Amino acid sequence: MTTLPSQTDTKLGLVIDLDTCVGCHACVVSCKGWNTQNYGAPLSDKDAYGTPEGTFLNRVHSYEVQPDQGPAQTVHFPKSCLHCEDAPCVTVCPTGASYKRTEDGIVLVNEDDCMGCGLCAWACPYGARELDLMAGVMKKCTLCVDRIYNENLPEEDRVPACVRTCPSGARHFGDLGDPNSDVSKLVAERGGMDLMPELGTKPVNKYLPPRPKDTLDCGVALNPVAEEAKGFLGWLDNALEKM
Amino acid sequence: MSAAAGTRIEARPSPVISDEVRQTTCYMCACRCGINVHMKDGEVAYIEGNRDHPVNKGVLCGKGSAGIMQHNAPSRLRSPMKRVGPRGSGEFENISWDEALDIAADMLRPIRENNPEKLAFFTGRDQSQSFTSFWAQQFGTPNYAAHGGFCSVNMAAAGIYTMGGAFWEFGQPDWDRAKLFMIFGVAEDHDSNPIKIGLGKLKANGAKVIGVNPIRSGYNAIADEWVGITPGTDGLFILALVHELMKAGKIDLDYLARFTNAPGLINASEGPDKGLLLRDEDGKVLVIDRATGKLTPFDQMGVKPDLNGTLERDGVTHRTVFNEMATRYLEPEYAPEAVAERCGVSADRIKAIAALLAKTAFDEAIEIDQPWTDFRGEKHEKMIGRPVAFHSMRGISAHSNGFQTCRSLHILQIILGSVEVPGGFRFKPPYPKPVEAHPAPHCGVKPLSPLDGPHLGFVRGPEGLALKEDGTPARIDKAFTWENPMSAHGLMHMVISNAHAGDPYKIDTLFMYMANMAWNSSMNTKGTMEMLTDKDENGEYVIPNIIYSDAYSSETVAYADLILPDTTYLERHDCISLLDRPICEADGAADAIRWPVVEPDRDVRGFQSVLCELGAKLDLPAFINEDGSQKWADYADYIQTHQRKPGIGPLAGFRGENGDQGGRGAPNPNQIDAYIENGGFWINHIPDEALYYKPWNKAYQDWAVEIGILDTPMPYLFQLYVEPMRKFQLAAEGHGERQPPEHLRERIKETMDPLPYWYEPFEGTMVDEEEFPIHALTQRPMAMYHSWGTQNAWLRQIHGHNPLYVPTKIWEANGFEDGDWAKVTSHHGEITVPVSHMAALNDNTVWTWNAIGKRKGAWALKEDAPEANKGFLLNHLIHELLPSKGDGMRWANSDPITGQAAWFDLKVRIEKAPPPDQSQPVFPSIKSPVGQGPDDIAWEVGK
Repeated sequence: MTTLPSQTDTKLGLVIDLDTCVGCHACVVSCKGWNTQNYGAPLSDKDAYGTPEGTFLNRVHSYEVQPDQGPAQTVHFPKSCLHCEDAPCVTVCPTGASYKRTEDGIVLVNEDDCMGCGLCAWACPYGARELDLMAGVMKKCTLCVDRIYNENLPEEDRVPACVRTCPSGARHFGDLGDPNSDVSKLVAERGGMDLMPELGTKPVNKYLPPRPKDTLDCGVALNPVAEEAKGFLGWLDNALEKM
Repeated sequence: MSAAAGTRIEARPSPVISDEVRQTTCYMCACRCGINVHMKDGEVAYIEGNRDHPVNKGVLCGKGSAGIMQHNAPSRLRSPMKRVGPRGSGEFENISWDEALDIAADMLRPIRENNPEKLAFFTGRDQSQSFTSFWAQQFGTPNYAAHGGFCSVNMAAAGIYTMGGAFWEFGQPDWDRAKLFMIFGVAEDHDSNPIKIGLGKLKANGAKVIGVNPIRSGYNAIADEWVGITPGTDGLFILALVHELMKAGKIDLDYLARFTNAPGLINASEGPDKGLLLRDEDGKVLVIDRATGKLTPFDQMGVKPDLNGTLERDGVTHRTVFNEMATRYLEPEYAPEAVAERCGVSADRIKAIAALLAKTAFDEAIEIDQPWTDFRGEKHEKMIGRPVAFHSMRGISAHSNGFQTCRSLHILQIILGSVEVPGGFRFKPPYPKPVEAHPAPHCGVKPLSPLDGPHLGFVRGPEGLALKEDGTPARIDKAFTWENPMSAHGLMHMVISNAHAGDPYKIDTLFMYMANMAWNSSMNTKGTMEMLTDKDENGEYVIPNIIYSDAYSSETVAYADLILPDTTYLERHDCISLLDRPICEADGAADAIRWPVVEPDRDVRGFQSVLCELGAKLDLPAFINEDGSQKWADYADYIQTHQRKPGIGPLAGFRGENGDQGGRGAPNPNQIDAYIENGGFWINHIPDEALYYKPWNKAYQDWAVEIGILDTPMPYLFQLYVEPMRKFQLAAEGHGERQPPEHLRERIKETMDPLPYWYEPFEGTMVDEEEFPIHALTQRPMAMYHSWGTQNAWLRQIHGHNPLYVPTKIWEANGFEDGDWAKVTSHHGEITVPVSHMAALNDNTVWTWNAIGKRKGAWALKEDAPEANKGFLLNHLIHELLPSKGDGMRWANSDPITGQAAWFDLKVRIEKAPPPDQSQPVFPSIKSPVGQGPDDIAWEVGK
């Protein structure tokens, strides 16, 4: 097995706002495009024009929620590697290919050392890793490690591709190890949550929960100035006089 | 233990991203975002949003990011082709461009010499309509339109007739200032990225969002309040809100008096002018001035128009439009209690929403310290805002009551005083623009001559209809006839069936561009395919010649005789023009280009460049020089040198010989280079004083003239009461020379009501409610644009399946379980398809994703592709005609005012069915002219 760093001071990760995500899949495709050209093997698509099976590092799932009161709700739920502090995918790796970086907490796969055994995907409770069927190596979110420090990119673009492209601004990137960072403040303000905290994986990524929906008080109504047209026109003349 | 880490990536990797970035305009849907195309070794490597671009400000949707797979799709056509097998078989032979253009010219030349109307030229989802319409006008045929008739015309026409501008992408909420945003029938659609950016802003600002849609997906999923309305009843719901607001006096009286025709006086005298507005000798609408009590032109300096003024004349009392509105909308039929059940929304909820609208508009009004001067010359110290914004799309427009429903929504916006004010709905240049600033339709045909004016426009009354001298329709699609007088976008969905029926006349050549009419863009798809292949008694095709241009191997390719292959969007020149559908924002006028960031690797040409050459071959006057030689070498040449009027061309930026003029100016031979240098677009910001109240704001009107959007200031009033509609009613009542046919009189009297009202969508009134009790809809997925997305290896993995989504009540009543199939039946046909449960859905509505189902053999997909096996179209259930009324006539399944295709009127029944091996109906495979795509791909380019 492979060891994890005892702790990382910097914890880079994503904060995903489920109140704002419209489920458009922009992040999914931008990620696919960037990571097909960059870190490691390209993300392939088997039988691309038949019954396709492609590698994606980020997928959006949609769920329905039926609250006790009110109509059913739809929640769009983007999911990629959560860069856990206690990452079971790392400790299970027999070759050391999977590792968590001490300097920023990013969980990566060193593809040269990966033999595609798939143990890490089995160990990840979130289903966040995908074995690339053409390359035979394990693929996962790199937090765009090749963007975030990249001096060939303008400074404002040094964020993961999914964050840069998100049209509704539902994705935020930053250091969750720094309580004063924008992302940490956002998590504090909005009650950001861990995904399945009971598993003890201590995910770095956080989700901001949807705000309460369908809360309009149906006891409120406007007071009529009149019940029919004639009365209304009388009110109108008075109102116009006062203008 | 940890294995050697020598090959791990360095701590702070900083790889080179690409060799070069080329900035152009996306075309993965109609939104026209700016993109950065990263190039490696001369190939497209990665596409991201352009941060400086006014439309998308750096972000990009899933479609846009997948552009690389569209650009390289195996479905791309590779060469001009002529048909060698029977129509519909897909058997073609590659030919040269010389041969292709000769064939086309030989088909078209005799038509132009003898009877130009025998050419029907329709251009689908065309972003170059100002050019393609110009070509058609030069050819001389009256038969031109793009796809607006089956897409958007209710919304466009209702908006322009009412307030001089529309939703779609022609306006936008004041995203920074709105506190309440209400959307009707909006799925993923225009303006895709701007709406998502805007929703993000609203959420960040703590604004509230109300989503009105039978389906709670996408934007409606994140709405704070979801109104799961019954399809086709939005107008009733809206008028109930109007009822509540009026009854409570929660209306912006000052705004109505100053800026709308609410104080206009309706002529109550019997005769040919009854119901028209009283006007002075100069044609100006007259109002009663509250200061003097006198009849006064609406635009006189200092006038205080009386919303409740009356004029007694010759024993007749003439009352105001507003009086008429109060009388109508305060009727109990529009009370929340009266509409609740039909709308599927409780009366209490309707009342609470009305109260929230009122509270936000009036109690939370905005004031901006920005003086401005109105068209009457009155100075205002502040800009007052009503921070309630609305947006609406196909969900309300694609019904046979869509025009009046869209109008109803505009009435709601306007009584709240929330259009063109801070926090409300704002127009984007070249809008606002009154009907008077738009052309009227033209249909004057003469052999070897251009048409007598633009094809499409806005009729002002019966005199503007496109009728021949004998009263029969001048156009093949019967646009601008008594059947649909205000069909401002034409009726592309009727062209094939009318041409097949020879009604109103036969044509020789059907010439189409990028519209998948043999599949997902037609109602009655099977019937359409039969019409395209039908032969007459002589064994000749009923529609003799079909020319088609597309970049991809769509289902429609198989039905053409001649294929003119277009380029992908990264290989072409385009202009996103102020003469057409530009990329403006509410704060500025903007336009953009596409340019070939890569050259085609196939024998294909940009369609517009082909039209330049074909136009010259046919000697179309504007397309040749004096010596008869070809005038524009290609589309880029046209873009840079064509002048629609002196100083006004397709692109407004970098004009003048030195490229230093904006809006107006002489052609600039280096204009396209200047656009490329500027990131592919140009923008001119509106001065602060002119940012709001645009229809009435002197500074805005002057700015619009300066940059060439208007020729002269044209301030105008919002038309709560649409007089041109009343003129059609007057004709139906027997006034005037142009008279409707008897069978349409009653319908015109009823539906051309100059004040909005609600009526039940036609299909629902003509089928048995018990036999077909369920509404059936489609929605456009966010990651797909019509049929295009399926050929995209990445996007089809997101939306490769389209089950029919069934609400809980129907799901349980039928005992459905996961994996089940259902037979769905309408008055027209039946389909058998997979079903899936969805709880967040109107109780009486089923739906599926639009245009996922594909025909085998199309789009270079393999035979086992899920889209061609489990995928399906609802189109098989929808007919372009309504069921027979028993009077021997079948009426169009369209809005009676605009002709908009009523896709969403569909009523069905549903029952469990044994699972077939694939969705029914099944059509024979077509032979792919481009083969099938490769097995596996890993699309890394460069070293």
